[in-house]
Amino acid sequence: MLSRAADHLYWLARYLERAETIARMLEAEQQLALLPRPAEIAVRSRRATLVALGAHEAYDAWSPNGAADVLEFLAFDREYSDSIVSCISRARENARAVRGAVASETWETINATWLEMRQLERRKGPERTRLLFDHVRQRAHMIRGVTVVAMLRDEAFHFLRLGSFLERADGTVRLLDARSSSTAAEPLGGDDPHEWTVLLRTLSAFEAYRRLFRDSVKPQRVAEMFLLRPDVPRSLRRCLIEMRENLRMVATEQSAQTVRIVGALQAQLEFGEAAELTPEKLPAYLSDKIEQLRRIGHGIAQDFLVSDAVA
Amino acid sequence: MSAGRPWDEMIGPDGRARAHYREYSNWLLTQGTDRLAAKSAEADALFHRFGITFAVYGQAEGTERLIPFDVVPRVLPHEEWQRLEAGLRQRVSALNAFIADIYDQQDILRAGKLPAELVLCNSQYRPEVQGIAVPQRIYAHIAGIDVIRNDDGRFLVLEDNLRVPSGVSYMLEDRRMMMRLFPELFARCQVAPVEHYPDVLLANLMSVAPRGVDNPTVVLMTPGAYNSAYFEHAFLAQQMGIELVEGQDLFVRDDIVYMRTTRGPQRVDVIYRRVDDDFLDPLTFRPDSSLGVPGLLAAYRAGTVTVANAIGTGIADDKGIYPYVPEMIRFYLGEEPLIENVPTRVLRDPEDLAYTLAHLDELVVKEVHGAGGYGMLIGPMASKAEIEDFRARIIADPARYIAQPTLALSTCPTLSAAGLAPRHIDLRPFVLSGKEITIVPGGLTRVALREGSLVVNSSQGGGTKDTWVLEPPGGSDRA
Repeated sequence: MLSRAADHLYWLARYLERAETIARMLEAEQQLALLPRPAEIAVRSRRATLVALGAHEAYDAWSPNGAADVLEFLAFDREYSDSIVSCISRARENARAVRGAVASETWETINATWLEMRQLERRKGPERTRLLFDHVRQRAHMIRGVTVVAMLRDEAFHFLRLGSFLERADGTVRLLDARSSSTAAEPLGGDDPHEWTVLLRTLSAFEAYRRLFRDSVKPQRVAEMFLLRPDVPRSLRRCLIEMRENLRMVATEQSAQTVRIVGALQAQLEFGEAAELTPEKLPAYLSDKIEQLRRIGHGIAQDFLVSDAVA
Repeated sequence: MSAGRPWDEMIGPDGRARAHYREYSNWLLTQGTDRLAAKSAEADALFHRFGITFAVYGQAEGTERLIPFDVVPRVLPHEEWQRLEAGLRQRVSALNAFIADIYDQQDILRAGKLPAELVLCNSQYRPEVQGIAVPQRIYAHIAGIDVIRNDDGRFLVLEDNLRVPSGVSYMLEDRRMMMRLFPELFARCQVAPVEHYPDVLLANLMSVAPRGVDNPTVVLMTPGAYNSAYFEHAFLAQQMGIELVEGQDLFVRDDIVYMRTTRGPQRVDVIYRRVDDDFLDPLTFRPDSSLGVPGLLAAYRAGTVTVANAIGTGIADDKGIYPYVPEMIRFYLGEEPLIENVPTRVLRDPEDLAYTLAHLDELVVKEVHGAGGYGMLIGPMASKAEIEDFRARIIADPARYIAQPTLALSTCPTLSAAGLAPRHIDLRPFVLSGKEITIVPGGLTRVALREGSLVVNSSQGGGTKDTWVLEPPGGSDRA
């Protein structure tokens, strides 16, 4: 397929997934705010979310005294290119550019998501953030569903999936990072099971945790679950299995190196041990994974998406 | 031919529905205006959801407009369509023969059937492609011929569109919408299907591939997602299952066109381009264009790629050339035109000029190179000042203008804010030429939504209607 089309599909999927990750993180924030905890913890928690999303500098520029609503900023700010509304708009722009390469029902679902989001944007009142999170999460399920059901298993499909799983892997790692935080002075979540329970719920994984461990919620197990388990849908390892599979379907001579990085990281997770994930070791572990995912993203772009490379 | 009472497509002179509209009209009587209005609103919402919209330049992000859709169909009886179809085949055959002749031996100029300078000094004439042979001698592979029905009920050709005619996606989407909104109607009326258009188009494009190419790779070339017809480009590419490319996706090496794919370069044999000539190849045409493909013309000249429509077709749909199309039919086919032109005065001719200047308040005056309903005077609707302004422009450069009587375009009942009301319409059938000529029954009916308006162009507030060609009684004669 056209390199440009592959590029649009890949980014379409990444932006959709990113919008969903942000919505899930902010939902976690919203629910954590209901817990009885000291005000300064709440402030630090929001800060950690901003840092994990790489949004702190943009936020500081937008609200130098830090008084503005972080959730409102990350959800609705159009000037900020990685807010939820910006991500949905960018996903839709990419989809529009390749609307012929995706199933019509996929395009319609994405377009309808954008249209309804624009109505939410015009709404006033505090409930609109919650409505947006619901909207994004539900529509993300729907778009995935219609894509899996309606699209031919051709390159277009594989590039969509590659984008989704890379972004999801990145989102999962960043979510853990925000909680366990390599970016805060001391671990935020600590041992507080409530914090981790909220995290599990926002990742649709609370029930799965109970079934897997039949145990109270413990940070190290949460980390194990989201990093090492192959059967947890949002786990880093699961995402790598999927990426490897989709990459295999589109591989060319040029992509050999990228395939190797993905395989190596997958092996590292497959043979990894939960003991590596202690609160002391986790921050460095997560930073390393974020860096490796960045290298994979760079490799995919170079191998397939940059038109000049294949001219 | 003065403008009489316009022909009503649905209601005959006796005040009753014409025979071919009777079934629909009986159904319509059982419908309230409220229900039609609700269906119309439903259609708008669906068009938005499907993204059948066009972006409006220079407006805030998210400003996207619909081309208005009217829920009352335009119906044509079978026999009338057959006559019209025969006339369209004849006309497009002659137009293709004309273009092939102009870029070859120019017999028609030597025979003195039309002034040579009108062709050779025309900005639409492309000396760059003089002498290049194209497959099947076909230049206008896709033609949109605008016809109107006059007050006496006859169809006349108003305009030929031979460059990058658009609108066919609305023909297809309008039908889909009607079937969704009013499925019961299609059980009552035998409407000839149109949804096979993309298949026919693809077969047509494949039939004009360069010689020796067995299984040609066809692509559709678009200026990009911000073009007002982008929806149509993406839609057609998808329906045909071909790649939708932009100039940047193509490159030329050793006079062969390739597209850049995730698996390396892939050869391209046929380009269905929806980009004007000027923007095709910056090495030959406009050097400032970033839409095109450097070297494309060299590949075209080498015969390794077919460009559809071919380069230089504008010479045959220029308004200055239009008056001579009946002459082309006689010259190339030895036949009399089955569908006539609108009588047209050519203002380069002193007699026509004098007549026109004396009757500006009755005539429609068009700029030869204008398009989309711009650069046009509609005498009976214009103010004194507008007429005087136009008079000065005509006198300054008469050769730039043609004049036609103000036609009473036929009307069709159309849903307006005040209920059903007559609105003027035209018809654009799409004529495909390759190894053979194919026309999907009907075409795009455009409607001027403003009361009394004769301008149907979508850029000026025109809308569209579904166009029904009825199957003959006793069933379809299509294979």
